[in-house]
Amino acid sequence: MNALLETGARTWRETRKTFKILSRNKMGLLGFIGVIVIVFLSFGGPFIWPPETSANIADINQGISDRHWLGTDFQGQDNLRKVINGGKDIVTIAFLTGIIATLIAVTVGSFSAFIGGRVDSVLMELVNIWLTIPKFPLLAVLATVLKLNDIVTLSILIAMLDWPGLSRQVRSQVLSLKRRDYIEAATMLDLGAPHIVFREILPNMMSFIAISMIFTMTHAIYQQTGLVFLGIVPYSSANWGVMISAAERRAVLYNPQATWSILAPMGAIVLFQLALVSFARSLDEVFNPRLRTSV
Amino acid sequence: MAVTATVSTTTPRSFIWLEKIANNFLLRRLVKAFFTIWIVTTLTFFIVRAMPGNAVDILIQDLTAAGMSADDARNQAASLLSINLNQPAHEQYLEYLANMVRGDFGKSYKSRGLKVADMIAAVLPWTLFSVGLSLLITFLLGVGLGALMAYKRDTWIDHLLSNLAATLDAVSPYLIGLLAILTLSVTWKIVPIQETRGALSPGIQPEFSLEFFADVFMHVKMLLLVYVLSSVGSWMLRMKSNTVSVLGEDYVTVAKARGLPDTRILTAYVGRNATLPLFTLLAISIGYVVGGSILLERLFTYRGVGFLLGDAIASRDYPVMQGVFLIMTVAVVFANLLADYLYGWLDPRIRISGGGQ
Repeated sequence: MNALLETGARTWRETRKTFKILSRNKMGLLGFIGVIVIVFLSFGGPFIWPPETSANIADINQGISDRHWLGTDFQGQDNLRKVINGGKDIVTIAFLTGIIATLIAVTVGSFSAFIGGRVDSVLMELVNIWLTIPKFPLLAVLATVLKLNDIVTLSILIAMLDWPGLSRQVRSQVLSLKRRDYIEAATMLDLGAPHIVFREILPNMMSFIAISMIFTMTHAIYQQTGLVFLGIVPYSSANWGVMISAAERRAVLYNPQATWSILAPMGAIVLFQLALVSFARSLDEVFNPRLRTSV
Repeated sequence: MAVTATVSTTTPRSFIWLEKIANNFLLRRLVKAFFTIWIVTTLTFFIVRAMPGNAVDILIQDLTAAGMSADDARNQAASLLSINLNQPAHEQYLEYLANMVRGDFGKSYKSRGLKVADMIAAVLPWTLFSVGLSLLITFLLGVGLGALMAYKRDTWIDHLLSNLAATLDAVSPYLIGLLAILTLSVTWKIVPIQETRGALSPGIQPEFSLEFFADVFMHVKMLLLVYVLSSVGSWMLRMKSNTVSVLGEDYVTVAKARGLPDTRILTAYVGRNATLPLFTLLAISIGYVVGGSILLERLFTYRGVGFLLGDAIASRDYPVMQGVFLIMTVAVVFANLLADYLYGWLDPRIRISGGGQ
C-alpha cells in the first residue's frame, strides 16, 4: 500500500515537473494546448454539435456572420460545425500512422545497430532501396488497387511507406549511444540486452523518437488529404480533406463568396500541424536536461 | 586507408583484379541501381497481376459487363496489358520483364489503342520543363537567401527569413497551391486561373517565337510559383546551417587573419564548401523532375506526367499507372546514382577513402 502511494506520488511529481518545464517554453506550451484542444474538439465536439443532416438552400456559400462564424458551404451547412465533425478521421490517422511507423522504425533500426555485421548492411541496403522509390505515387497506386475504405488500413499503408528514413536515423543514434561510457559500463556489469535497450538507450532517444513521430504524423495528414483530392480514398466521411476537395470540385474555389468553405478546413489542418510541430520542438527540452536554459 | 585495406595480403595475385572490380565504386552503385529497378518492376507486376481483386480480373469483368464474351474479354485484356494469360505465372512474369526492358508498357485502356510509352513521351517535356526550371530557381534562391541568413545571423532579417522558411517547409505544397489560387486568382484577381489551364493555348504551335514562349510562361507561372514556394524553405534552412558550420571552421579564420578580401573568402572559402552537400541534393532532386507533382499538376490542370498518373488513377488505367510509376522510379534511381558519383567527384576527401559509408 505504501509502495503504491509512493509510486503515485512520484508519478505526480514527475508529471508536474514535466509540465513546469513545458510551461517554460511558450511556443511549446501553446502547441501542446493546441493539440489537446483539437483532439478534444474532434472527439467530443460531435456530441455537442452533431453534424447537420439536411441542406439549407437559403444559406448557400455565405461569408462569416454572427450566425455562421466560419461561413457556410455549397449545401448551406455551417463550416465551423463541419470542421469540428471532420477532425476525428484525420487525428486518428495521424496518431495511428505515427505510432506504427515509429514502432517499426525503432525496432528495425535498433535491431540492425545491435546485431551489426552482415545483417546490418543487408537491412540498411534494403532500407536504402525502399527510400529511393517515389512514395506518394506508390501510395496512390497501392491505395487504388487495395480499394481502401477504412482508416486503420490506410494508416498501416502510410506507415509502411514512411518508416525507412526514421529507422536509418534510429540506427545511427543507437550506434553513437552504444559507444557512450555509461552503456559500456552497463555492458560490463552484464545487465543484459533488454535492460540496456529499454533502460539505458531508449530513454536517451525519447526526444528524438517523439519528434520524428510527430513529423511522421504531419506527413500522414498531407498524404491522406492528397489521396482524397485524387479521389482514391472514399468520400464516406466528411473529414477536412474531403471538405477541401468537395469544395474544389464544386468550383467553390473560384467563387469569392465561398472561400471560407476552403479556408476553414485548410486552417484546421494547418493549425493542427503547427501545434504538433511547435510541441515537438519543445519536447527536446523536456527530455534533454542539458538543453534547459535555467533550472 | 580504406583503399589499402581492400587488398588483403593473403589474396592470391590473380584474384586481386577480381576484387578490384567487386570493390569498384561505380560498378557497385550500378548493380544496386539495377537491383532497385528490378525490385520495383517486380512489385508493380504483383500489384497489377497477383493481388486479390487485381487489375486483370477487374478489367475482364468490366469488358464482360460491357457486352463482350468471356473469351473475347480475356483476349482483349491480355493484349491491352501485354500479358499472355494462358501461360503459367512465372512465364508471364519473364515476358513482362522482357517487355519492360524493351520499353513496352502495354496500351492504355482508357484511351483505347494508345501506347503507354507514347502517352508518357507526349507529356514528359512539359513536366521536365516546369519542374526543371523551378528546381533551378529554387536552388539559386535557396543558396543565396540561406547564405544571407547565415551572414546576418541573429539580426531581424535572419529571424524573418528563418521563420518564413520554416513555415513554407512545413505546409504541404497542395495547400500552398490552394492558397495561391485563393489569393492571386480569386481575391486579388491578378492571375485569371482559366487562362493558365493546360500547358499551351489552343492554336499555338511549338516554334521558336516570342508568342510561343510568352504563352508557355503564362501557363506555367502559377505552377512555377507554387513549386518554388513549397521547396525553397528547406534549401534555405540547409544552406544556412551549412554556411554557419563552415564559418566556424579554422580555415575561414585563417583566411580572415591573412587579410584576404571578404568577397574572396565568401566565394572561394565559405560558398564552395557550404554548397558542396547541396549539389548532392540537387542531383537527387533531378530524379523527381520526371515525375512532377500529381497533386499540383492536377490542381493547376497542367498536363504533365503527374497529371497523367492522376488521370490514370482516377480511371483505374493500370497499364498507364504501371508505366508512369516505373519511369518515375528509374529516374529517381539514376539521379541517386548521379548524386553518389557527383559527390565523390566534387569532394576529393570522399573519393580518396573509396566513397564507402
